[in-house]
Amino acid sequence: MGSIKDKVAIIGMGCTKFGERWDADAEDLMVEAFTEAIEDAGIEPKDIQAAWSGTQFVEVNIGSSGIPLARTLKLPFIPTTHVENMCASGSEALRGACYAVASGACDIALALGVEKLKDVGYGGLPDISLGAEGKRSRLVSPNFSAPGNFAMMATRYFSRYGLSPEAGKEMLAKVSAKSHHNGAMCEKAHLRREVSVETIMKAPIVAWPLGLYDCCGVSDGAAAAIVVRADMAKTFRPDPVYVKALQISVSSGEELMYTDYDYTHVEPTYRAGQAAYAEAGVKNPREEISMAEVHDCFSITEAVTMEDLQFSPRGKVKEDIDAGRFDLDGEQPIQTDGGLKCFGHPIGASGLRMMYEEYKQLQGKCGPRQVKNPKLGLTHNLGGFPPSCAISVIIVGN
Amino acid sequence: MVGITSYGAYIPLHRIDRNVIYSAMGWLDPATYMAGEKAVGNYDEDAVTMAVAAGMNCLNGIDRHIIDGVYFGSVTLPYKERQNAGIIATALDLRSDIKTADFAGSTKSGTTALLSAYDAIKAGSAKNILVCAADCRIGKPGSPQEESYGDGAAAFLLGENDIIASFQGSYSVSYDFMDSWVADVERFSRLGESRWIREEGYTKFIPEAVTGLAERYKLEPKAVAKIGFPCLYPREHAGIGKRLGLEPGQIQEHMLNTLGDTGTAYPLILLVTALEEANPKDNIVIASFGYGSDALWFQATEKLTAIKDKRKGVKKYLASKQMLTNYQKYVTFRNIITVEKGVRGETVPWEQVSLAWRNRRELLGLVGSKCKKCGTPQYPRQRVCVNPACKAIDNMEDYNFSDKKGSLFTYTEDHLVFNFNPPQIYGMVDFDGGGRFWYDITDCASDSLKVGLPMEMTFRRKFIDEKRGIYAYSWKAMPVRV
Repeated sequence: MGSIKDKVAIIGMGCTKFGERWDADAEDLMVEAFTEAIEDAGIEPKDIQAAWSGTQFVEVNIGSSGIPLARTLKLPFIPTTHVENMCASGSEALRGACYAVASGACDIALALGVEKLKDVGYGGLPDISLGAEGKRSRLVSPNFSAPGNFAMMATRYFSRYGLSPEAGKEMLAKVSAKSHHNGAMCEKAHLRREVSVETIMKAPIVAWPLGLYDCCGVSDGAAAAIVVRADMAKTFRPDPVYVKALQISVSSGEELMYTDYDYTHVEPTYRAGQAAYAEAGVKNPREEISMAEVHDCFSITEAVTMEDLQFSPRGKVKEDIDAGRFDLDGEQPIQTDGGLKCFGHPIGASGLRMMYEEYKQLQGKCGPRQVKNPKLGLTHNLGGFPPSCAISVIIVGN
Repeated sequence: MVGITSYGAYIPLHRIDRNVIYSAMGWLDPATYMAGEKAVGNYDEDAVTMAVAAGMNCLNGIDRHIIDGVYFGSVTLPYKERQNAGIIATALDLRSDIKTADFAGSTKSGTTALLSAYDAIKAGSAKNILVCAADCRIGKPGSPQEESYGDGAAAFLLGENDIIASFQGSYSVSYDFMDSWVADVERFSRLGESRWIREEGYTKFIPEAVTGLAERYKLEPKAVAKIGFPCLYPREHAGIGKRLGLEPGQIQEHMLNTLGDTGTAYPLILLVTALEEANPKDNIVIASFGYGSDALWFQATEKLTAIKDKRKGVKKYLASKQMLTNYQKYVTFRNIITVEKGVRGETVPWEQVSLAWRNRRELLGLVGSKCKKCGTPQYPRQRVCVNPACKAIDNMEDYNFSDKKGSLFTYTEDHLVFNFNPPQIYGMVDFDGGGRFWYDITDCASDSLKVGLPMEMTFRRKFIDEKRGIYAYSWKAMPVRV
């Protein structure tokens, strides 16, 4: 396997305020994130040589192809491509930009993720029959929702590890309470309120055993990154962030249709993590990864991701959660900006929003939620459902 | 010799106590009062899905390739145009070089379908024909039909080998007697005056057909073990037995107060019940009612005993029930009142008929594939084997999941997705013999599931494309019921 370790650097990033942005179209969000990113990088739009956009539900917001990005930002006649890997679309856009720069095809590239979810007229994600699943899939698969799919992982996890519904829900409640604590300190976050473990456990059920506070915010937002050749990064700024590893792993059906899969973990997360650690030269992720933004679309997803990324031993994440390992002042802080849970989850933007936090943390710019002296940050972006998903794991450092 | 070679029945899980209906609507016409309870289909059931359930039960253990035809009797056909028997044949994954027909227009169409199947086999144009009858009738709120109608289905396989009840003879009468009718633009049935129906129709046509049968074949009343005919009015039902010179013990229990008037399925359900209780050599007569009457005479054979344990039958289904204690839920399930589904609930994909046609065996028949190299069953159908150690390409054979049982691997109860009977429940099933996939779960109460629960598959309406007038059928999972 090849590697892009230390070949690419991020020199500028932007991220909008996430939330129910009744004031903004997808195009407004794109301009907002883009403006911050080029100002942060100290470049002009004409410097950008290639661009990638990431959005999942294109039919309910920006429309398909690379054209909406080029047209909105007035990036004339450069190669612009739309990419989509469900909720991992933002990371996919960043991958396009990083690989292009690493290959030498261009020197400066833009990755932008955007999603305008709050115009569909109902809570939760847009109905999958609007286009996210193939037609045949809608006829053979259950009439399901995203929380229901991840709830089935909690059902299995509780069953396999002998957790009573109360003990299981309490473990998950602590995951969400921690993210609410961090999100409350983050001005751009969607949900900025501390919530107690008791309140979380008593909240109405969305999909058993997951309650309201086990689910992330459904938000509008955009985030963007400017990527350059590593050897030119310091000509733009003194503190660029270098890409140490960028890996994607995708399900091929065995988890869904073959009976080996246990549904208490996400296999592609484990595989992408393994590949990323090999690329970055990480031997002991529990010790070497300073902090991470993982895809906590639901509390159970974050819990099993800790095990898949080898931050916690298999079946033991509850002990680490109880010990506060992943809290802001713990040994390995997770979701320092509140995560999908509280910062919000505008699908296509989330992968880049995660990177925005790791970038700012590595530059020491996170104020009250600054992690002390971070070395390596990790982002984990999950598109799809536990038995059928696309996972990206990206590791960055100074 | 031609006769019945197998039988099956289906009664939906839900029952409603008629007091629940009467408490809600009895104020309108206190005379509609009826005692007992009746069976009501779930929101995702109709005459076709119930016929498939009865057909699956009837064909349990029988090679489906031997079937040369499907006749379906119902007055509540989901489609006026699109052959309902064809949907049933596809759901049962039968051969395509077969005869299929819908028998409709009166509640005697089920017995007429049986007679037509007999005639075809007798004439030599078919060897084995599946006859299904099902009804899922609704009455206008506050009407007597709302109290009396029940939902159910029955199915019989007719053939020449391994006969469990031989066909001995029949006698039919046909009259344009408008006791109950539905014009093409109407949804609910209308009834003639009940005194007239009782005196001029119900108590005349059934005796005329049965007496005609007895005289034609010199069948003495005392030679009949059981006679079954629909009960529209309990007192007159008993009176007909007396008029025919029969003892009460010879009359098949009518189940009006436990099941309801199941319309076209009624006489066939009575025949299943009679067979469940019969001994070899017993003579069984059933008569239908509706625009005349067909009386049919069968005689049980020694082979009946062996099949009884392999069939779910009516009794086990009757015993397996969940009470619907809420009238509003009942009228919602039957789409009698329009409820708020929200924008999410209104958003359904359009049914692409060409795609559904191409994948009909997979979607309607629940036919998956089994790898010939490693033996792994898989659903949906795959070109490349899903077993990570195999991955053979285009080396598959058909594999039917519809008759496989399994266990519940995981599940959830979802309150976000719209369902007429919330929460929306779904989960993954690990099939006995291999294979795993996720399915909607139906006929299951909230809080009743757990990992490892035995599951079976059931043919249901998956969604309704109201804009294009299409019922999209598919298979769902359910806890093993009987």
